[in-house]
Amino acid sequence: MSQTDQDLMNLPKKKFKIMNLIWVILIIVGLFVSINVTDTHISVLFENFSQFTDIFVQMAHPDWSYSSTVFPLLFQTLKMAVLGTVIGSIVAFIYTLLIARNIVKNKVLTGILRIIMNIIRTIPDLLLGAIFVAVIGIGPVAGIFALAVFTFGVVVKLFYEAIETIDPGPIEALTAVGANKLQIIWFAVLPQIMTYFISYVLYAFEINVRSSTILGYIGAGGIGLYLQETLQTFDYAKTGTIIIVIIVVVVIIDYISSKSREALMK
Amino acid sequence: MANSEKPMIELKNVTKIYDNGTVGLKDINLTINKGEFVMVVGLSGAGKSTLLRSINRLHDISKGDIEIDGESITKAKGKNLRLLRRSIGMIFQSFNLVKRSSVLRNVLTGRVAYYPTWKTTLNLFSKEDNQKAYEALQQVDLADKVYARADELSGGQQQRVAIARVLMQNPKIILADEPTASLDPQTSLKVMNDLKMLNEKYGMTVLANMHSVDLARQFGKRVIGIRQGQVVYDGQMKDTPEAVFTDIYNGGDGSEEK
Repeated sequence: MSQTDQDLMNLPKKKFKIMNLIWVILIIVGLFVSINVTDTHISVLFENFSQFTDIFVQMAHPDWSYSSTVFPLLFQTLKMAVLGTVIGSIVAFIYTLLIARNIVKNKVLTGILRIIMNIIRTIPDLLLGAIFVAVIGIGPVAGIFALAVFTFGVVVKLFYEAIETIDPGPIEALTAVGANKLQIIWFAVLPQIMTYFISYVLYAFEINVRSSTILGYIGAGGIGLYLQETLQTFDYAKTGTIIIVIIVVVVIIDYISSKSREALMK
Repeated sequence: MANSEKPMIELKNVTKIYDNGTVGLKDINLTINKGEFVMVVGLSGAGKSTLLRSINRLHDISKGDIEIDGESITKAKGKNLRLLRRSIGMIFQSFNLVKRSSVLRNVLTGRVAYYPTWKTTLNLFSKEDNQKAYEALQQVDLADKVYARADELSGGQQQRVAIARVLMQNPKIILADEPTASLDPQTSLKVMNDLKMLNEKYGMTVLANMHSVDLARQFGKRVIGIRQGQVVYDGQMKDTPEAVFTDIYNGGDGSEEK
């Protein structure tokens, strides 16, 4: 009773933090400095604008007779994506079990394996392609390896975080039952993580389909090679065909894949 | 009293200090005989869970020794440790079922330590064990749920699946860590009756942590009171006056010299 009668205090003003203002000013200053240093101006974007429309008009009239050449290559590209995803995922699966701290208790081992993973993850896919073209030679095999390594990076990162958030209860229960390490993984861990794993593999596959179309540009096999050729011979009608076909296929695969992932997580 | 009784669990000067310096158990000496139904009571954080988890070595102890049926689990390694654990079943407050697996598979996991790894990996449980699992489910009235996914079951049903799993494991000892803490009163009663069945019908030694004094009084034959990692009371349930419980839960005095 007396609580409600009594004068209640006004909401106190939030303390003004001078550091926040300093950060904002620093960021704005940084932006202007970087514009000056790199000599970046918005006008650059419009310099060749007339050319842009020109080429765009040409691409918008694709050469459909060319599509018979495009499709076999597209299949090769997809094969690269599938193989790269499968190889990378299998390696990632085993590797991840070794870096999840709720499965392997040895912090030195998990630490070292994590550093290796993080180094691999930082390499962009095109650079990976270039490395494998240099090592293995021009052709789709280089692309497959590049995609496998790239898949490894994506899947391991997502997957180990999923493993570390699983319910520890079943692990405890299986330990109490007298199960060994492999049995614990098989009965307590895998049932909890398999859907995540499949979902991440599909996600990696989506990215790989996209990346694989461009890998040919640097000689790592697939449709990208023809993309480069037609562009260099200014054959924009053919380029247009390639781009449209790629977009349609990527959209379809993305759609199927993301729908499957949704269904899995239910 | 001490005629046919032989020690099933023996704790000798057991001390557990956690890595952060918290003392979990302080110099505990306890003997629990075959076939006993023991209630461990005490406030949250008193060390009840630590005590139970030390017995099957889900927690390692810092000092002392624990013997299971005459064999030291403290010193056991690898295969020996797993065989000792196989003889100790455990019931958890949060059931600890694999939620995405079927009820049958959950019950069968109680049996994995009886198989070599490759057989379990290929899911080669014997016909008899599948049948046994089904019979275990009948014992806890869940035969109709045999192929349901574990997460489709209610809390009480899940706990009874866990009991069927223990039945499958066929241990000498059952450690029940707050088996009814997340259940409603009626389901709690059912679960406690199942534990009683394991104790009377199969002669398993039961050691249960309880919060509910009523259930403890109703089902336990012996009471062990724990406070701040020490045993502050140990006696037969029928000789234990109500005041002892009040004491243990209120952190009262006098019970220090039991």
